[in-house]
Amino acid sequence: MSVLVIADHDLGVLSPATARVVHAVSELGPIDLLVLGHGTTDIATEAAKLAGVTKVLVADSPNTADGDSLVIERFANGYSYIVQSAGSVGKDRLPRVAAKLDIMPVTDIVEVLGPTRFIRPIYAGNALQTVTDNQAKHVLTIRASAFRAAATGNNAPIETIENAVVSAAKLIAQHRTESDTPDLATAQIVVGGGVALGSANKFQLIEQLAKKLGAAIGATRAAVDAGYAPNDWQVGQTGKIIAPDLYIAIGISGALQHLAGIQGAKKIVAINSDSEAPLVKLADVALIGDLFEIIPQLLTELDKAGVKR
Amino acid sequence: MKILVAIKRVVDHNVRIRVRPDGTGVETSGVRMSMNPFCKHAVEAAVQLGEAGHGDEIVVVSIGPKVANDVILTALAMGAHRGILIETDAELETLAIAKLLAKVVAEENPDLVLLGKQAVDDDSNHVGQMLAALTDRPQATFASAITVNGAALDVTREVDTGTEVVSLPLPAIVTADLRLNTPRNAALPMVMKARSKPLAVRPAAEFGIDLASRLVVEKVSPPAERVAGKTVGSAGELAAYIAGEVSQMEAL
Repeated sequence: MSVLVIADHDLGVLSPATARVVHAVSELGPIDLLVLGHGTTDIATEAAKLAGVTKVLVADSPNTADGDSLVIERFANGYSYIVQSAGSVGKDRLPRVAAKLDIMPVTDIVEVLGPTRFIRPIYAGNALQTVTDNQAKHVLTIRASAFRAAATGNNAPIETIENAVVSAAKLIAQHRTESDTPDLATAQIVVGGGVALGSANKFQLIEQLAKKLGAAIGATRAAVDAGYAPNDWQVGQTGKIIAPDLYIAIGISGALQHLAGIQGAKKIVAINSDSEAPLVKLADVALIGDLFEIIPQLLTELDKAGVKR
Repeated sequence: MKILVAIKRVVDHNVRIRVRPDGTGVETSGVRMSMNPFCKHAVEAAVQLGEAGHGDEIVVVSIGPKVANDVILTALAMGAHRGILIETDAELETLAIAKLLAKVVAEENPDLVLLGKQAVDDDSNHVGQMLAALTDRPQATFASAITVNGAALDVTREVDTGTEVVSLPLPAIVTADLRLNTPRNAALPMVMKARSKPLAVRPAAEFGIDLASRLVVEKVSPPAERVAGKTVGSAGELAAYIAGEVSQMEAL
């Protein structure tokens, strides 16, 4: 009952989601970690440190859905479980792999109950489905934010697999958001802003507060649609799902779609002018008032309280 | 080019759903249903490609009970030319849906298949990718822009790190994200006209596919409720609370 986990990485760095996926499936069997892409030596070295990994496999791959899926299918034979995080890469590749293998995948898993039993949210997290998967092979995606990270300190062997695939699709450009804030999906603190900020310029208030707290930045769909924040900051049913220890929601009323993305937050703070807003009702602590007055005060008060991260 | 759009009828996304007390699922009887929002973006994308001279024929297909006709009529009113309902009362898994759609692709041979990236009921986000696998076509999921570039499409995709642009040779599969376009509301004359457009109803059994579920849903349960919180009176009090939380985090 061996497990193949496909690593997530970006800009030559192993994504924090991978350690969480490894931890999530550590009870299912010995884990091989597959690193796909070009020039991934440093990523493989990082991946080999994760506790619970038997070996790291490195294979060249074209970074497209059809190309990567083809590579994963070649490895699939030797494994009972094929697993990746439910990020934008895993969501794109694994259903394709599953269909090729004639397997119904179980995706966005938030709890592993046993070798064949899993819990996954449906209806934007307003219901939880407990499923049993008795198929011969299991194709799974894991909601990384719902699990803790595997420890490091391992030194698993790294094997490079000679491999060549031809991809019909070609990746022709990548546009990324320049930001030195932590990874949103796995951050300990997230500061989120809504359309109430009023402009991209004023959204920088959110960024200031996030910087002070060493937090990642989130945004509602409306704020992203309005152009105040880039698409990869969107938190919600169709954006990123977060589970920080602390979520500070500023000028966010709390549409169902947004609430779906923050249900995993341990503590929620809301700053809003409307005391009846759904997010205010949901929050552990709320402060009612004008966010443009409150945020500068809060920044000063946090300084006074000596908060620095 | 010929475009096939696959659409799903779901519980309207503004409805606050209720889990049945016996754990068998989510209450759907007597609840307002409508076209899955992402599917609307897919239909709109097809109609816009048509308006730009790139869509000779737009065929919509839905899989579901007889009443799913209503979402096909909506798509026809938006500008699609012809509809197919694959009728079944069973709740099919995404793999079975993809296999049925693969049969339709084999019959219709479209250059482009457009789908919504996920349905807001089961939130699976599978079918486009699976259909691409079963028909051996390249895919671009989570599309926020589609440009026709000769015999290929340049598709902008929303991904975790920002956006990327993928070039897809046709025939191909594309799934729509929310910022792809703003779906139109069909004007009344279009709604009337939709009723006269061809709509074929075919039983799912006729496609000769094993539609049996692979997974066993043991139960469906509501999420844990959060305990009610408190309101503080000043930024100072809030700062003290945040400072407390931060120091707890650092202690761990």
